[in-house]
Amino acid sequence: MDLSNLNPFSSSDHRETGHLKMDKPDTSRRLDEMQQGVISKSLNRPDGPLKVSGTARYAAEAEADDMATGVLVGAIIPKGRVVSIDEDAAMKMPGVLGVFHGKKLLRNPAQGTANQAPIQPDGEVSYMGQPVALVVAESFEQARDAAITLAITYEEDDDGVFDPKIAEKEKPDGKQIDQGDFDAAMRDAAATVDSRYTTPVQSSAPMEPHASVAQWNGDQLTLHGSYQMLNYNKNELADSLGIDVKNVRILAPYVGGGFGSKLGIAPEAVAAALAAKALERPVRVAMSRRTVFETTMRRSETSQRVQLAADKTGKLLGLAHHASVSNLPDEGFTEPVAAATHFLYGGGSRRFTYEVARLNRSCAGSVRAPGEAVGMLALESAMDELAHELDIDPIELRVRNMPEKHPESDIPYSARNFEDCLRQGAKRFGWADRRPVPASRREGDWWIGVGVAGAARSNILGESKALVTLNADGTALVETDMTDIGTGTYTILAQIAAEMLGLPLEKVTVSLGDSELPEGPGSGGSWGAQSSGSSVYLACEAIRTKVAKALGCAAEDLTLKDGIATGGNNRKPLADLLDGPIAQEGHIEPGATMENFDQAGYGAHFAEVAVNAITGETRVRRMLGVFAAGRILNAQTARSQCHGGMIWGIGGALHEELHHDTRDGHMVNGDLAEYHVPVNLDVPQLDVLFIHQRDDHANPIQAKGIGELGISGAGAAITNAIFNATGVRVRDYPATLDKILPYLPD
Amino acid sequence: MANSPRPIAMIETTLTINGTRHEVNADPRTTLLDALRHHLGLHGTKKGCDHGQCGACTVMVDGERINSCLALACMHDGDEITTVEGLGQPGNLSPMQDAFVRHDGYQCGYCTPGQVVSATAMLGEAKRGWPSFVSDDLDTDVALTTQEISERMSGNLCRCSAYPGIVNAILDADGQQPEGEAGAEIVNLVLEGAQ
Amino acid sequence: MKPFTYERATAVADAGRSAAIPGAAIIAGGTNLLDLMKLQVETPDTLVDVTRLDMHAMEAVDDGFRIGALVTNSNLAADRTVRRDYEVLSRALLSGATGQLRNKATTGGNLLQRTRCNYFQDTNARCNKREPGSGCDAIEGLNRILAVLGTSDHCIATHPSDMAVAMQALDATVEVMAADGSSRNVALQDFHVLPGDTPHIETVLEAGDLITAVTLPKPVDGSFQTYRKARDRASYAFALISVAAVITIKDGRFDHVALAFGGLGPKPWRDPAIEDVLRGEEPSTALFGKAADVLLADARGYGHNDFKLPLACRMIASVLRDASES
Repeated sequence: MDLSNLNPFSSSDHRETGHLKMDKPDTSRRLDEMQQGVISKSLNRPDGPLKVSGTARYAAEAEADDMATGVLVGAIIPKGRVVSIDEDAAMKMPGVLGVFHGKKLLRNPAQGTANQAPIQPDGEVSYMGQPVALVVAESFEQARDAAITLAITYEEDDDGVFDPKIAEKEKPDGKQIDQGDFDAAMRDAAATVDSRYTTPVQSSAPMEPHASVAQWNGDQLTLHGSYQMLNYNKNELADSLGIDVKNVRILAPYVGGGFGSKLGIAPEAVAAALAAKALERPVRVAMSRRTVFETTMRRSETSQRVQLAADKTGKLLGLAHHASVSNLPDEGFTEPVAAATHFLYGGGSRRFTYEVARLNRSCAGSVRAPGEAVGMLALESAMDELAHELDIDPIELRVRNMPEKHPESDIPYSARNFEDCLRQGAKRFGWADRRPVPASRREGDWWIGVGVAGAARSNILGESKALVTLNADGTALVETDMTDIGTGTYTILAQIAAEMLGLPLEKVTVSLGDSELPEGPGSGGSWGAQSSGSSVYLACEAIRTKVAKALGCAAEDLTLKDGIATGGNNRKPLADLLDGPIAQEGHIEPGATMENFDQAGYGAHFAEVAVNAITGETRVRRMLGVFAAGRILNAQTARSQCHGGMIWGIGGALHEELHHDTRDGHMVNGDLAEYHVPVNLDVPQLDVLFIHQRDDHANPIQAKGIGELGISGAGAAITNAIFNATGVRVRDYPATLDKILPYLPD
Repeated sequence: MANSPRPIAMIETTLTINGTRHEVNADPRTTLLDALRHHLGLHGTKKGCDHGQCGACTVMVDGERINSCLALACMHDGDEITTVEGLGQPGNLSPMQDAFVRHDGYQCGYCTPGQVVSATAMLGEAKRGWPSFVSDDLDTDVALTTQEISERMSGNLCRCSAYPGIVNAILDADGQQPEGEAGAEIVNLVLEGAQ
Repeated sequence: MKPFTYERATAVADAGRSAAIPGAAIIAGGTNLLDLMKLQVETPDTLVDVTRLDMHAMEAVDDGFRIGALVTNSNLAADRTVRRDYEVLSRALLSGATGQLRNKATTGGNLLQRTRCNYFQDTNARCNKREPGSGCDAIEGLNRILAVLGTSDHCIATHPSDMAVAMQALDATVEVMAADGSSRNVALQDFHVLPGDTPHIETVLEAGDLITAVTLPKPVDGSFQTYRKARDRASYAFALISVAAVITIKDGRFDHVALAFGGLGPKPWRDPAIEDVLRGEEPSTALFGKAADVLLADARGYGHNDFKLPLACRMIASVLRDASES
């Protein structure tokens, strides 16, 4: 769209105040004018040396004198209630200090951004493994033994619901959409696809198990926790404990992966805090791996039906996406399966339905790219099926269905470049060499094939504050309660500040993960980099205004580079220019551009697979991801994020499946030996390409989320490649060998 | 289900860790991993699963990499242990640690100490001519290709999935050419005149 | 993990006597035992640590190759003699677990690995192997990874070892020392027992028995050896099915034929009837199919693991074809 008549400086006072509400696009692209030359560069992480030497401290590694250790006890019934707990017997075991249960324990973690306590069931049990007690002892060995032998009497209900296939379903209001005459579109179409897909339960399985160390000083609680969103977590923790949030401090300088599972306060934090209060000593609770699987968020299994109606050129006339998912009773989260389907492709007649089964199995919540990660497996497979049906190249089919405006809300898109991703990727991957006829390439015992899929993930801006201090000695400090869960926050915030303030990267210190610092957005929903980055940028803009004043030039004329300010006819080192530190808070708020423009990151995945002609085992041989996600803040950490997403795509396509026994809802394979996350040998060297893009509607740094874009659609490129290799269309994920074996060509 | 009727007798164990002798007086149930983390304040070695299924706890015992979560401390009385802290510290990183930083061979960092120790020991195994499951010919010495590295490092899970960076870091530390440069290309279609 | 008394054995003879006391368990590599002790699936009162005993040697002996019980999986796989003469064993070992685990896991311990059945590992589930007489939740549960051969109404667990499958194909013998100091040899074929109605009994070992070594007979000259393993990820996964083969062809016909299978049964599976069908015959697709029919004559799927039957057919045919073309 033409932006020339919009005044980019309409909120120009943000250069004085450091505050901006994103009501209008910001076309000034100030970061592009800066001179330091560190933004977007592949710079190494400043926290790297700490991580590779084991010096970075994670939650469970907080030290305190007199530390006691707690171990959570999970329910061994799926539904019912705790009648009694034999505390006396436990207390007689060596080293046992206390058994904690009762009204305040959490049933499951808070959903992301809940900002209040999750359900506190007071002994009511809703799923196997639900934490019902915490046993605390002098040592971990004693606590573990006492926890596993703790005698609990339950009253079991016989009306548990365990099988999503036969469970009654709710149809949530506001999620059912019927636009145009979809049935007519299907009837009149030259070609249709009507396919059912299933995806299994998955788990985030971050390498660091969820852990909390709780310590009280009077009424003041300090919790070293492994959490993603401290601004919400402190409220959730305070609400769970029934105390004032002013008395809660959460520290999370390093978080060993989250992927959604550490968005909301979890049972171990509340249990540790209760025990530490009662025992008047610090208590550490680190979940066992099994407990991580059982009591943190799972991704809901999905059953999906995608219907496509197209004319003979492949243009979509209609599109429908039906989703059936599950969660615990009284849990608000519904896996937003069709999130990307709403805006990715056109087709005037559209239908969306959702249904939710209430099951007595572990809690469902956000797992990396909730919605897109599973929904695009179905949508992008269906598009491949349509392309095959119409004998149209899958890339051409997608290009023919890119709408001008959002096909449901009719609002314009912000920067997109979806076609560029597909075309550039095709060139780089060698798509032209593809053989369209399935099962036409064989090397020894392996069938070889290639596949493509689109990627799309909505972009969000979250409110964020950051405090930046520029010191006269040419150093700067960035402070926010934002977290770095491996995403590179330490690095990119330092790069933004260094670029804006004209400092070498090593002169900028970033302090994160302390709930007493200015409230950032937290890490989740791929909004962290652009939201916290914008607040750092805004703080720096305001600092620049002050520096310009000190130098006696207009802010637009100021150049900051290597600690030297230049403007007008003046040139001074910061040390000579500043009397003392300049501290400034930056504050970004989402505004009208999020409502009036459909914002998303886009991409294209290309995969080459080999399918064993004897066993049906699939190995990924090559993979390329091309992404357009606004300004790339650090090409190296951004690439690592994309690698992560693409490899999760491999896991989702080929291995990952958490089984619940439908007789009692218990988790069958809740460990890392049998829940198969990808290992090093599953992953070929991956290729990532970024498309240069500035999204002026997104935020003043023109950057968009990338952490979840890389997984969106990735798995579909792999199953589409399996189809190209063998002619076998796997619609029940993951594509394990047993699903391919019966249909392999001779 | 009976309570333990007897008090737990502690066991005195001598461990030489990163060249320093330590006496640990602990419950016999204490794993080498928990001895490091809970008794000796060496938190660099991580607990990811406690069941030998992730590799985050990898240490070297007398030069060989093992999962310290599946080892009782008392069974290693007198052994020489090397943990990630013993390989190098900020300002004085080992070549492997430094390569992990330069190739972004990590994200959250939690599996990283295990990866670094495992990779360091793995290079030693390769130098001794140990084959792997993906070696074509077991009779000859094996070149450490990317596939060989990936197979030999498959005992170290990384959920952030930094595997490409990890492999490049190891190639680099082994004196080989990594695949591709650090970072990713950002293609500017406007400047290139495309589209 | 329950508290236990830790004892370090200093002589082979003492180890057996200590281990003969009820509630005692021998620990060597500990990679499986400690895993199960943490889950309280195994609850020994006493651990007898045998790792300092002199059982670490590998050596050529008159009638073959002797492997001390404490030889680690890594050292065994990397041994030049094993790589040259018993390639199937080296490959099987290298396909199992990880570098870290192979550095700890021992030859003796590997033979005594417990099943990976999820219901065995879950103390809240019913399991006749873990708690005799309690029932089996696996038979009607998620049994995708479990056995299709040699099962009973009481247990459908598989034996998880790769090493033992290869040793089975190599006609290995297990050396056992009893608590009274006497030694005996047990053919690996006879070492593991089928579950029947006593699935908690997995081997012929008696209380106080200590595995001291495994002996391989002289290598089969000019044999084709391979270890194929189908699994759910490229590495670090247990076998859905594995095939170990030691085969020679003479005058265009199968001569020496030894085939053993992992992932199919409660023990490393070897069926002489398959070998009888093949020996002396010319390789052909029809013959391979006949061999598979013999292998699976008594096989039974339990739903989720039904795929193992066609998979076994394809894998056996592929191995035999490769052997005949080698």
